[in-house]
Amino acid sequence: MRDVAIVGIGQTPVREHWDKGVRDLAVEAVLDAMADAHIERADALYVGNMLSGKLSGQEHLGALIADYVGLEGIEAVKVEAACGSAAATLRQAILAVQSGAVNIAIAVGVEKLTEMTSGCTTNALAMASDGDYEAEMGLSFVAINALLMQRYMYEYGVDKDDFAAFTLNAHANAAHNPNAMFRNRMTREQYANAKMIASPINLLDSSPIADGAAAVVIMPTDMAFDFSDKPIRIAACEVATDTIALDNRANPLWLRGVECSARKAYRTAGITPEQVRLFEVHDAFSIMAALSLEASGFAEPGTAVRLANEGEIRRDGRIPIATFGGLKGRGHPVGATGIYQVVEATLQLRGEAPEALQVDDVDYAMAQNIGGSGATVVTTILERLERK
Amino acid sequence: MDIPRHWRLHNQRYKLEGSRCTRCGTLAFPPRPICRVCRSRDMEPYTFSGRGTVYSYSVVYQSPEGFEAYVPYVVALIDLEEGVRITAQLTDVNPDEVYIGMPVEMVVRKIREDGERGLIVYGYKFRPPLTA
Ligand SMILES: [Zn+2]
Repeated sequence: MRDVAIVGIGQTPVREHWDKGVRDLAVEAVLDAMADAHIERADALYVGNMLSGKLSGQEHLGALIADYVGLEGIEAVKVEAACGSAAATLRQAILAVQSGAVNIAIAVGVEKLTEMTSGCTTNALAMASDGDYEAEMGLSFVAINALLMQRYMYEYGVDKDDFAAFTLNAHANAAHNPNAMFRNRMTREQYANAKMIASPINLLDSSPIADGAAAVVIMPTDMAFDFSDKPIRIAACEVATDTIALDNRANPLWLRGVECSARKAYRTAGITPEQVRLFEVHDAFSIMAALSLEASGFAEPGTAVRLANEGEIRRDGRIPIATFGGLKGRGHPVGATGIYQVVEATLQLRGEAPEALQVDDVDYAMAQNIGGSGATVVTTILERLERK
Repeated sequence: MDIPRHWRLHNQRYKLEGSRCTRCGTLAFPPRPICRVCRSRDMEPYTFSGRGTVYSYSVVYQSPEGFEAYVPYVVALIDLEEGVRITAQLTDVNPDEVYIGMPVEMVVRKIREDGERGLIVYGYKFRPPLTA
């Protein structure tokens, strides 16, 4: 299989974009990525999205976006895997380039969540879970994650207040990311007093509903230096699944999809977790950050919250996470999130992160995008590439 | 939500009917066409007793549409005594009194009303047992 590299990136700010629809957002990110890669043509476009049909009355995003970025005629298709849609889309683009079927591919993730009332959006997001046996029982997506957090606290004797470390880190980093939705720092007092949504998950444990789009241009590594001074090699992009419903898992606190996807990624990249310099984690909820750190091999079961409180997830810690604010600080436009993570990891590897966010000596960066409560997991490992 | 969808699920919603693998005996809820343990496709219906204990729970303050009238309400993962876990609401209980390990039993209750179309959905919820 051919080796593949990222040669262009683009992203819109994550906001409530009242003035922009799903088409506008995707077009903006794709055109940015094409300009960054100095290309005017591509062979295929892959569009990641979860809810455009339900919330914007628009499906068929492949043809729509290809048309409006001036690529009418090329192969284009939408890929969906709930909140894991974007990285799942990148995976399809990578397979196409690796196989030789396509030379230049664009992967874009886009989501427009603020089109409807928040109640309607809550119902739409619950479609990531089991419709007949979770959502129809009155469980929001927040409530499903709350069941995990409650059990985690019980089983490992962890205090609710100690989860604040994830929120504080995310917001501290987001404050320096111009594309982040929340650029305000948070305190432990604010966390302790935040409004409860589904106990024990409060407002500051949750990532915000937001709009945005992010895109990457990929091509074979042997062409990459013709288009970019700093191409970033895709060392691995591996997908795994778990049961859709939480209740069908023997141990819900061990995310087997995360373990499987991360293990495959380490093997493909030929590295160990110790070599990962930073980790863009899927912190849709504080509990997911903890469970992902554990099942990815960065912390023993039940110890990720302690790791966070010891400062090891900060920029100067052992495994910096959410270096641009994560889902909580940057925002979580669900079907776009996985490519935001990859764009941010690319900026870190290029050495182009804002000064306050730049991690030193990044050789390998990892991003992990999760659909549902761990049912689809995509782990991507990126590597800095030296000109031969 | 469509009426045929609820009709299709009535054995699950009213009777807690899952499946049992006739080859290795593995139980499942909801019913599955293929055994997760031995891959056999020879499955038969199995009705659960409806008795169990709370594995985890959450008190919901911001509900999805259609459940606003019940806020705050309790949702839970329940370990059925047959060794299968299920997701459901708790009822007839003060949210402050719910704890992990609490014994519960199944009852059929109104799950929600679809205001616009007048559809009322019934199904299983769990409550503290009336008799110890
Ligand atoms: Zn079997």
